[in-house]
Amino acid sequence: MDRTSDLAVDSVTGVDVALPVAGPGARSFAFVVDWAIRTILSIAWYIVAALLHNGDWSVVAPLNPGAGWFVYVVAPPAAIYFLYHPVWEVATRGLTPGKRMAGLQIVSRDGGAPGVGSLLTRNVFRLVDSFPIAYALGLLTTMVTRNHVRIGDLAAGTLLAYTHNDTTLARYSDERRTNNQLDAGTAEVLDELLQRWPTLDSAARRRIARTILKEAPAEADADLRMQLESLTVGSTQ
Amino acid sequence: MSESTRENALRLTLLRRSQLWKNAAARTRRLAGKRTEDAADATAMADDYRMLAHDVAKVRRLLPDSRAREYLEAAYAQAHASLHRPAWHPGHALLSLFRDDIPAVMHWLRPHVFWATALFMLTVVTGYWMVHTYPDLIALFASPELIATVERGQLWTEGLLNVVPSSVLSLQILTNNIVVSLFAYCAGFLFGLGTVYVLGLNGLMLGAVFAFTGQHGLDDDLFRFVVAHGCVEISVMCLSGAAGAAVGEALIRPGAATRAESFQRAALQSGKLILACVLLLVGSGLIEGYISPNPAFSLRVRVAIGVSYWLFMLALLNGWLFGFRRLKSAATA
Repeated sequence: MDRTSDLAVDSVTGVDVALPVAGPGARSFAFVVDWAIRTILSIAWYIVAALLHNGDWSVVAPLNPGAGWFVYVVAPPAAIYFLYHPVWEVATRGLTPGKRMAGLQIVSRDGGAPGVGSLLTRNVFRLVDSFPIAYALGLLTTMVTRNHVRIGDLAAGTLLAYTHNDTTLARYSDERRTNNQLDAGTAEVLDELLQRWPTLDSAARRRIARTILKEAPAEADADLRMQLESLTVGSTQ
Repeated sequence: MSESTRENALRLTLLRRSQLWKNAAARTRRLAGKRTEDAADATAMADDYRMLAHDVAKVRRLLPDSRAREYLEAAYAQAHASLHRPAWHPGHALLSLFRDDIPAVMHWLRPHVFWATALFMLTVVTGYWMVHTYPDLIALFASPELIATVERGQLWTEGLLNVVPSSVLSLQILTNNIVVSLFAYCAGFLFGLGTVYVLGLNGLMLGAVFAFTGQHGLDDDLFRFVVAHGCVEISVMCLSGAAGAAVGEALIRPGAATRAESFQRAALQSGKLILACVLLLVGSGLIEGYISPNPAFSLRVRVAIGVSYWLFMLALLNGWLFGFRRLKSAATA
């Protein structure tokens, strides 16, 4: 479990908050998802509006396009494409569909939700981050800065952190385990093993169960050992 | 009791609290991003936060490489973010922005506005002088089509409304101006050099085009076209340059703070002014699309519109429209 990329944030409780900072990979994934969404939406709007405007099966601009062409066909897709990030981020205080899929959220450097000013500022600086093409400068900056931030984040005092909590707790409340003084680490491994047991092939089952049996504390009760051994035997069938 | 037995007992005691953690995480998820009027919820949330902090501290020592720690760290971070999410009242925030924040930024940026304006004016004069003295240099600043049109004795703005509808023209112009303005601000990131480039280039172009139209007896017509929207448009260009210069100066002379902190503070502060600039450019774009190319408006009307809009800009930026309170609040602070 690597927590070296965490950003420690001061808290009033005296216990710092460890924010798991997203790296260039997660950021790129979120960006590509968002890019795909806004591109598809923009193109879809353009095609539908152009077909409706032209009244036939053509999406090409007329020779003398009037205000209607520009206002209904050209401007909305441009607005969708260029205002996608600021509008989503301000409306949801730091989330876009891509970031949600990647399990990320924009947070301020104190760990709280960023303000509207910060969100707008980080979006304005996309002008710089997108240089020279395809966000090359922004990507490079996320690779070389300590908290993997682009220039817009530096300006706004924000960063992208993992915020999803898909970790499940082992069933510690199981009295049988706790009463047996089972080591907490072993309990976690056991719990995970039992959860993943149906997805493991027989070789993996044998190997893991034997390892646990070998490392299980001597004081673990016979009932537990018997269950593990039966699992191992079952896997060989 | 041996040390390992004691540690194991502490671990188990800690892990028996897992249901409390789950309840706290569930409450945080339920309240995250939502408004609640329930005081009991808010109190429980604060209690959860303290409880999670307490257990995070313990789990870091007792179970540093466990899923329990992962779970607790995430729950604690979520609770922290939810508790530190400032209340957002859009109406009050906007009022505060225009009444207090933007005037304060304008006050702070006064030297930058002065120098950005001086630089812009200097480049306008330089551009004018260059083309006035060496007319061929206009090719550096204007397109061949524009040059050919002026050499035929016409302004490129004539009959503009016959080609492009006002709505389209406005949208194109204001989009372009806003991008230039944002770019002048962002380019300050290059230690101010980018801002100097944008300001200088625009100043040179303006001066050069005025000199070129003057050589063909069209400078009065150009002034007539520009005056209604240009007063604010050019002012906003200088203001954006000032914001960019502040960003650049923050990087060059960070003072006691680190460069990153100084950059962030300057970008966030001057960014407020940029928001006002964008709004002003929308108005400017509408004037440039609907009034400037329309020959029905006399010069007197155009000047009146240009000056009025410029005075409106002054009032907006100084907070006079919303009851300026900066000095009062500073006095009471």
